[in-house]
Amino acid sequence: MRIDLTGLRTGPSQVWGALRLVPLLREEPVENLRLHAIAYGDAQRSRVQITNKVSYHAYIPHGFVADWNRDTGDGEESAAFGTQIVGADGTVQGMPVHFHRRMTKKEGKRRVRFLPLHLAMEGYLALHFGGPTVAWREWSDRVIRNGLSPRTEAAYRGAVVPGLQDALRVFEIHEGQCGVLVYSADVLAAAFVVPHPDDYRELHPTLLLDMYGELVYQYALMMPAVQEFPVRLDEARIGSLAELRAAAVGQSRVWAGFDDAAIADALLEHDYTAERAYQMGDFDLMRFRPVFRPGEENHIGEAIVDGAGRIAYLKTFRLSEAQIRRGYLLELLAAHDWRLAAAAASIDTTAEGLRGRIRAAGFELMLRAKGE
Amino acid sequence: MISTGDSVAADVVAAEDVLLFVNAATASTGQREFHTDAADQAMSLEFLHEYMLVNYRELYAATLALGINDHNATLVIRRLLATGRHATAEQKRAEGALIARRLLVLPPPRVFRLFKALQRDGVNNRRTRAIVRDWTLALEGPAYHAVKYRSGFKAGLKHAHIDIGDGELRDFLFGPLKRKPYQTPLLESWRQAHYNSGALYRLPYTVAEGFAAKHGIDRAAFLERIGDRMTPWEKLRAGEEPPEPLDPLELASGGAKYCGPPQPWLTRLAVRILAMPLDERADRRAELTRALRNFAAHEAGALAGTWGRVTAVLDDSFSSFGSPVKRRRPLAVALACHFLLEALAAPGRYTPLWVSGRDDPLLVHPGGATPLGLRLVDALETAPERIVVVSDGWDNSPPGLAGEVLRVWRARLDPAGRVDVVHVNPVFDARALDVRALSRAVPSVGIRDAEDLVPLVELAQFAQGRVGLPELMAYLDGRVRRFLGAD
Repeated sequence: MRIDLTGLRTGPSQVWGALRLVPLLREEPVENLRLHAIAYGDAQRSRVQITNKVSYHAYIPHGFVADWNRDTGDGEESAAFGTQIVGADGTVQGMPVHFHRRMTKKEGKRRVRFLPLHLAMEGYLALHFGGPTVAWREWSDRVIRNGLSPRTEAAYRGAVVPGLQDALRVFEIHEGQCGVLVYSADVLAAAFVVPHPDDYRELHPTLLLDMYGELVYQYALMMPAVQEFPVRLDEARIGSLAELRAAAVGQSRVWAGFDDAAIADALLEHDYTAERAYQMGDFDLMRFRPVFRPGEENHIGEAIVDGAGRIAYLKTFRLSEAQIRRGYLLELLAAHDWRLAAAAASIDTTAEGLRGRIRAAGFELMLRAKGE
Repeated sequence: MISTGDSVAADVVAAEDVLLFVNAATASTGQREFHTDAADQAMSLEFLHEYMLVNYRELYAATLALGINDHNATLVIRRLLATGRHATAEQKRAEGALIARRLLVLPPPRVFRLFKALQRDGVNNRRTRAIVRDWTLALEGPAYHAVKYRSGFKAGLKHAHIDIGDGELRDFLFGPLKRKPYQTPLLESWRQAHYNSGALYRLPYTVAEGFAAKHGIDRAAFLERIGDRMTPWEKLRAGEEPPEPLDPLELASGGAKYCGPPQPWLTRLAVRILAMPLDERADRRAELTRALRNFAAHEAGALAGTWGRVTAVLDDSFSSFGSPVKRRRPLAVALACHFLLEALAAPGRYTPLWVSGRDDPLLVHPGGATPLGLRLVDALETAPERIVVVSDGWDNSPPGLAGEVLRVWRARLDPAGRVDVVHVNPVFDARALDVRALSRAVPSVGIRDAEDLVPLVELAQFAQGRVGLPELMAYLDGRVRRFLGAD
């Protein structure tokens, strides 16, 4: 799958310290799919039951609700505001563990509740979760029996990313804005797209509740302020007020298109492995992961695409280098039927070298100790 | 009264520093702003005050005569009193007069808070005691202040060793329940309120509130009965319709009279109007516009119609919302400036340009980006004699275009400075230690109430470096004399 942002164009960016927010504008909003937010209160952690035996634990401060087929006349009832769809499990506060049944849950005839980014993150964590498919001698008993469980990853809550709160607060939302690209030290940190400007206005603050990769946090913390677009008027060429106006208008136009070139190439030029999490009418809720390539930008995420593959909703998470490496190793091993020697040969190293990499990636428990 | 510097360079620096400080002390109230929080503001102010005190003590004291706001005035007084030992006798005399005069203009709660701060800081020299004593003994209705601001009043008395005689007031403050009954009605009500819930309604609102809680009186019933004991601002805070005689709207329509020290009624009315829903503003359009025009005409006074052709660039972008503690303040200042400039300009020669492109001043609301640059070009095209920009200076669409437009305009199209461009900024940018300027080519001055616009435009000429320190001193001397003489 490829990410297709047809129908969206970038607006002029707004800068706050090391963070740059580039608005994404839609000429025509997607009318028949809408999103709402549910806040889950301050439960310290939540538990999501994936199957009978597998569960996902995380800090989940909010969820999204998608309504589809809205052109059938119930537009009045489901305006962007209002959380009338909060289920019985959605409002209880103060419980130490919040229990969700599955990542996506039907909440009505044409309505589904899902947990943003956690859907994608769970997809990443569950990658080859079952462990080796063939019980080769090199793998430990534990991984053969239990798979990779428990698999953990850490991320930063938006509220602790330095400056993000202020950047979102002072951000002036544009007319028709349906999304935003968050850059941290001019590296893409997250992309967020919704179907309708009203949804965006409502969901803009939820960016603070999302999780962000380690790199995003560190760049926001340590990098100097990024450059704003440098406006320059050439005084030698200006001899009258009309020329001054022409020059000023010209600069404004260049500025408005300044970020077009930069639009998320890292996101768009990759192929993704996608899997469908839920089907809603013409729309599909997908989660996707990249072909893991160490040393490059890799994003996981989730999207709602229409029949033609256009994006109605998108949310991405920038993986850290260690996370990419873990994904890469698992994919590599799986591709070679979990045979260490074959996998090592394919990347021009020895089995011992590959063992070293597996250990360094934090998967030491997978390997059978010598002499066992 | 003010000594001059040695070299020209030092003069320029001194003039710049003074203006920088006046900008900060006018615009900042130490509260949170749209872009910076309260802690930042307080820290920046702290630094500026310290810097001014150490380097330019006389000028620092003289700023009390300028339009610096009450928050900063108390900070100045605190610092001057605490460091009296570094001042000469002549300096002390000048400071004493300025402080005593300024205390009279400050609202009593601020003065009592200042006394408590002096007590906390351990500032207890003869001059401080004399100043506290003179102010306290000159109070009209000491019993009222003693009841309403009991702890502050007492702190002042104790700290300055003031002898208030053997009367009831002394008993009330230092042994309140020993004497009964009191002869002064207010003190007697206070005594009775301890056991009689009916008596508390004769007390000032803030005091009665405590007794109401003690007697467990229902809040709604309490608010209804206490009504006429609240000050107008207390009423506004309690969410009620404010009464005569101090509602700016009432004052404007002639339904009430106000006699007292001058107050920024125009800006207050603008704040009040911006707090109304858009529908109500549209319904009462004629009334509100007339009210604003009346106040503006009153403020402009003899200067009305003398500014010639004026164009205003007024900021109603999203950031003019201010912050939850200074709600819509920058926008209110812009709205008040709009009507004031309309009165100051020659009839029919005034052009307002809101940055959002909307053109109905009564229905302004904060929203959108700040394309100041293009609006400035629009303003220059109206061929005015004077351009006034009211904005927080966050020119972000595109960033810095306004500065470029002004630079090129000054460099190429108007090197002689025929058009007078002034930027007044209601927001102090704590990180830059100054109000955010648009360009070096035009002066930027801080503003708190639109009423200060005229003196600030006067002051702005110093910021451009066209006029030197001696002239600034002369100007300050004039302001100080006017301030002290206007009893």
